[in-house]
Amino acid sequence: MSTSDLALPLPASASARPARRISTRLLRSELRLVFRRRRNLAMLAVLSTGPILLGLAINAAGPSPGEGPPFFAQVTQNGLFLGLASVLVALPLFLPLAVSVVSGEAVAGEASTGTLRNILVVPAGRTRLLLVKYVGVVAFALACATTVVGVGILTGLILFPGGDVVLLSGTTVSFGEALSRAALFTVYIAAMLATVGAIGLFFSTLTEVPMGAMAATATLTVIAQIVDTIPQVQVIHEYLYTHWWLAVGDLMRDPMAFDDVSTGLLTQAVYLAVFGTLAWARFTTKDVTS
Amino acid sequence: MTDVDTVRRTTPDGGGTQSTRAAAIRTYGLTKRFGRQAAVDSLDLEVPMDTVFGFLGPNGSGKTTTIRMLLGLVGATEGTMEVLGQPMPKGAALTLPLVGALVEGPAFHPYLSGRDNLLRLDAADRTATASGTRRRVADALDRVGLAAAAGKRYRAYSMGMRQRLGLAAALLKPRELLVLDEPTNGLDPQGTREVRAIIRDVGASGTTVFLSSHLLPEVEQVCSHVGVMSHGRLVFSGSLGELRAASASRVRVDTPEPAAAADVLRRAGTGEPEILGHGVVADLGATASEDLTEALVKAGVPVRQIAVEKPDLEEMFVGLTGEGFDVDE
Repeated sequence: MSTSDLALPLPASASARPARRISTRLLRSELRLVFRRRRNLAMLAVLSTGPILLGLAINAAGPSPGEGPPFFAQVTQNGLFLGLASVLVALPLFLPLAVSVVSGEAVAGEASTGTLRNILVVPAGRTRLLLVKYVGVVAFALACATTVVGVGILTGLILFPGGDVVLLSGTTVSFGEALSRAALFTVYIAAMLATVGAIGLFFSTLTEVPMGAMAATATLTVIAQIVDTIPQVQVIHEYLYTHWWLAVGDLMRDPMAFDDVSTGLLTQAVYLAVFGTLAWARFTTKDVTS
Repeated sequence: MTDVDTVRRTTPDGGGTQSTRAAAIRTYGLTKRFGRQAAVDSLDLEVPMDTVFGFLGPNGSGKTTTIRMLLGLVGATEGTMEVLGQPMPKGAALTLPLVGALVEGPAFHPYLSGRDNLLRLDAADRTATASGTRRRVADALDRVGLAAAAGKRYRAYSMGMRQRLGLAAALLKPRELLVLDEPTNGLDPQGTREVRAIIRDVGASGTTVFLSSHLLPEVEQVCSHVGVMSHGRLVFSGSLGELRAASASRVRVDTPEPAAAADVLRRAGTGEPEILGHGVVADLGATASEDLTEALVKAGVPVRQIAVEKPDLEEMFVGLTGEGFDVDE
């Protein structure tokens, strides 16, 4: 704010000045809104049933060495791998879908109930509100990834052996170290989902129909994964935001391979910058007529 | 509550700012076009401080669009505006904390309680202290009579309770300006009376109230000033007294001798009579019509008919804004 703005006659009341420059009250309110909403809690509950069903199925069928998705062969050797296998099963559809719902809802949901106009005239500030909304989406993405990995590890340790962990590269590490790697694994997955969230947030600023924004985000994510399997367009594969998701497996090698992981993170950063800017440009200039 | 009152009284530059802040709302050539349709068309509006201003007009006349522009929700196509002396929307961060608003009916999260909805709005306000949030919310709910239903989900609220919660949100803090868009919509007569009492109360405590309504009686009951909108244009603006004066009673005398009748009327103390063919028309003023009849008869003026025409505000309103049912949105 320039000094010329401040030179204008201010309203007589002192209450126009911020009580604190930085306040986390709106952020805390947003997190309560996201995590107290029954539908969102139901989605987390549904996500947590995946690892349990997967664990029971592997337990019943017995080991299938060398076959199936990554980490499946390891699950019967160490229960910790059930958490990682579960997240990779949920990654193509279920996890992005959950994040699509919450991010598509972010702005469009408030617009459809009309609460957007109330919170903007408080005034919350459009840029601030958008940032808070995005932090809420990322927190939910992290909660989704943590739920699947966490429930997976717990179920795995009940059904299968624990103890020292043999990594994909054949090295053995302590259970503690494997657990901290699983935490990194979870954060990487959450970062990948944060891109889905940024795209969802942008779509959410375009419409007053939350379902539209949710569907567009989920559809785009599925299309990106389909395109990623078509060899004729291989040249664009590495630019797809879904392309680097499975690089997460490199975190379970010894030594950890960071090449693909860092390319993956960089790609997400570019997507985040582009869609974040688009969302901001749209939201800060939009006529709120709902 | 009292701290702002104290600030208002003791602000050293209070007198100096008063002149620059004489208008709570001022717009210059404010225009909003949606496509080719002008929802608001070069509006020059001035709402004086410390008034209860009725913003009157039929549905679709541009009232809500004007309010949305004033609050920074919708950008103006042309023109400029000031709210509490600050240019909008540029000065929104400074002005809006002093403005309580209820825009186009209440809107809250259906699965949160009334209290939680207000707590969320309070949390969004950077000028509000975290420590007072429970107190503010409880006071606002109490003021609109919702204290007993504070813990109920908004979804379960009746239309009247929803409207009250909207009013409570506008009253969360002491305000300099209250912008209320159709605040009694959907209320039963009892609720309507209560809401009007709250508005009068707020207005009496020195807060400027900008009240939009399509109900003339509502504006007559609570407002001191009126602006009338029609088809996106302001067709009247002034005090309620001026609006009433513009609709003063007139007397009409049909007679073959209009000049003689005009003389009698002039002597009886009416406004300057106007001769129209076989008739005379004059503002009745303070003269009683029965005295006038007597005077005409005594003066030997042949009277075919004498009539008192009193266009009430309702007719005036219709005259200003056109008959209903021509919603051209």
